[in-house]
Amino acid sequence: ILCSQPVPTLLKHFLSERCSNILSCFLYLCSAEYPDLRKHNNCMASNLTPAIYAKLCDKATPNGYTLDQAIQTGVDNPGHPFIKTVGLVAGDEESYEVFAELLDPVIKERHNGYDPRNMKHPTDLDASKIQSGQFDERYVLSSRVRTGRSIRGLSLPPACTRAERREVERVVVDALAGLKGDLTGKYYSLTQMTEKEQQQLIDDHFLFDKPVSPLLTCAGMARDWPDARGIWHNNEKTFLIWVNEEDHTRVISMEKGGNMKRVFERFCRGLKEVEHLIQEKGWEFMWNERLGYILTCPSNLGTGLRAGVHVKLPLLSKDARFSKILDHLRLQKRGTGGVDTAAVGGVFDISNLDRLGQSEVQLVQTVVDGVNYLIECEKRLERGQDIKVPPPLKQFK
Amino acid sequence: IMPFGNTHNKLKMNYSSEQEYPDLSKHNNHMAKVLTPEMYANLRDKETPSGFTLDDVIQTGVDNPGHPFIMTVGCVAGDEETYEVFKDLMDPVIEDRHGGYKPSDKHKTDLNADNLQGGDDLDPNYVLSSRVRTGRSIRGFCLPPHCSRGERRAIENLSIESLDSLDGDLKGKYYALKNMTDEEQQQLIDDHFLFDKPVSPLLLASGMARDWPDGRGIWHNDNKTFLVWVNEEDHLRVISMQKGGNMREVFTRFCTGLTKIESLFKDRGHEFMWNEHLGYVLTCPSNLGTGLRAGVHVKLPNVSKHEKFGEILKKLRLQKRGTGGVDTAAVGGVFDISNADRLGFSEVELVQMVVDGVNLLVDMEKRLEGGDSIDDLMPEQK
Repeated sequence: ILCSQPVPTLLKHFLSERCSNILSCFLYLCSAEYPDLRKHNNCMASNLTPAIYAKLCDKATPNGYTLDQAIQTGVDNPGHPFIKTVGLVAGDEESYEVFAELLDPVIKERHNGYDPRNMKHPTDLDASKIQSGQFDERYVLSSRVRTGRSIRGLSLPPACTRAERREVERVVVDALAGLKGDLTGKYYSLTQMTEKEQQQLIDDHFLFDKPVSPLLTCAGMARDWPDARGIWHNNEKTFLIWVNEEDHTRVISMEKGGNMKRVFERFCRGLKEVEHLIQEKGWEFMWNERLGYILTCPSNLGTGLRAGVHVKLPLLSKDARFSKILDHLRLQKRGTGGVDTAAVGGVFDISNLDRLGQSEVQLVQTVVDGVNYLIECEKRLERGQDIKVPPPLKQFK
Repeated sequence: IMPFGNTHNKLKMNYSSEQEYPDLSKHNNHMAKVLTPEMYANLRDKETPSGFTLDDVIQTGVDNPGHPFIMTVGCVAGDEETYEVFKDLMDPVIEDRHGGYKPSDKHKTDLNADNLQGGDDLDPNYVLSSRVRTGRSIRGFCLPPHCSRGERRAIENLSIESLDSLDGDLKGKYYALKNMTDEEQQQLIDDHFLFDKPVSPLLLASGMARDWPDGRGIWHNDNKTFLVWVNEEDHLRVISMQKGGNMREVFTRFCTGLTKIESLFKDRGHEFMWNEHLGYVLTCPSNLGTGLRAGVHVKLPNVSKHEKFGEILKKLRLQKRGTGGVDTAAVGGVFDISNADRLGFSEVELVQMVVDGVNLLVDMEKRLEGGDSIDDLMPEQK
């Protein structure tokens, strides 16, 4: 390490003043660099010991991505006492290998005990397996499934260059142009859309903005905005893809009403079609047996899937047992504006908690079964009947 | 490799220069005006010894297209060598920003306050306060956009050691941002000394806010007339100020303090970044040379309404700001008037311009108060 490069100034400083041998100098150097995490509360801070830092601080992925880059967002954003953020990102697929000593315990903590060292993640995109996937539309207003996909061989948003990002755009837009039937659609580049197109996308609630959250901007994923960013959607406005926002792609299937099975069927079909189209050109998605689909944030590994509904639960949501019921059903609630918003008019966004360790089919079935149970509870409360807290679902099936 | 700092994406050389060249079609900053595709192609595979690349230099300018009326710089230095390795970009940016300053020009440094003429009696009925600020960088360390946590802490430690040695009217105390008590924090806010984590996207996009507030702090003397910011936009920002119109005293303290600090750093084996051509080297090319802004808060309710106010300031080589600093509006006819130049004039020359210019503006204000004309007072272009 030390002989092949011009000796950087800091190393020279320490060599001349403090250290008698290269090893102790190196360890001293690493401790001088170790971040101050005393006021921090995120998964990275909980797991990055000085020993792990010393072991990984001089490593880099083949692309040149380093540990300091991966953890920068977690150093810059100490977190919140009530919300535990992840605090690190991947700059490329290899980050999950090269920095496994930190990432594996972070993944285990975030994904409720899933151990990447000895567990396998199941992928299952066969929508025909879903049972009872049509909700009572007096309660369920809309249904939605989203995930992300990364293009293997290209760096992820925190680390990609402009050319790589443009290549992601080219590969994806090329493939989407091959979609047919109900999936036929159009791409709107953020740099080139007309004002009319922009207004329409805003009205449809499709347009995404430059990220403002410091969690994202500190990770470097907003660089060069809005270069190579855009939105694709089908003519029917039921299948939508974001290009180069927080991930290479975010894929969303949705519709009004409660036909979750149809939403998921379109989701699976669309994903498989896009995968087939990129494979024809020699590309593939980042995926492995250990971690499933590889995305920028460790919280989105595995399926990267969030399946949810907007559902009216005015009575149940006021019941003291609501949170416990959701917890046992492995569901989470959000306001209808998305994460960190409040519910309005008793309408909640209810979706799966888990991402990794269960397949897409399993997670969507969990949402289907869970939401059906919640609706049953609401109906019972309407009739003045009591409800039961269901037994907790098993974590990994 | 040593892993500090920004992206060194090795795969980018697999792509052509055209594929990597930023889209600057909607941009209006000095970098965008100067960075042609040819220049990008020539410079993109270079890096400074510490690993700062062209893409690192220009990131802030790519991310912040600018404003149709205000021309930002759009590039920063990650270390002293940036100005050499990326000369082809930096020289024209410097020339454009600093009124035609050429790559062959030499910059004069003069921190001998005795060379200032007058300046001790700006009329305190008009001049409310006087202030001089500059920045300094410690040679051998990377600059805020690029430095590692270890380097930033080393700079902080060196600064504390040196500043703690100051005595007499310069004796003072350091307040680390991450360790200050609530009481200390409130006092620093009341004194208008406390600086916050930058929010401007111009600064954030360059990477200088990383690891906040680690390694950052404020030092000031007990008299509260000499203040040093550590690791904000530059390694050090040095400020001398006091109420009233005795700019001479402010500048004398400024020079004495800076000279003392420089020798204290030298005692510890460190010098400031400086060279004959660029003067003092700082993070933003706009602050090269002296890095000096000498200014007053002055009441000019009549002159400021005169139709030739802008022209007068231009001739005097002065600029106006509101009393909240850059980009604020004047309140109650009180303006912040300071030198417009940084590079190509010495410290003494710039402060002299401020002293002479403010004296003239105050004379004009008195004339207009009395209902008299100021036509005979119109200055020549300096």
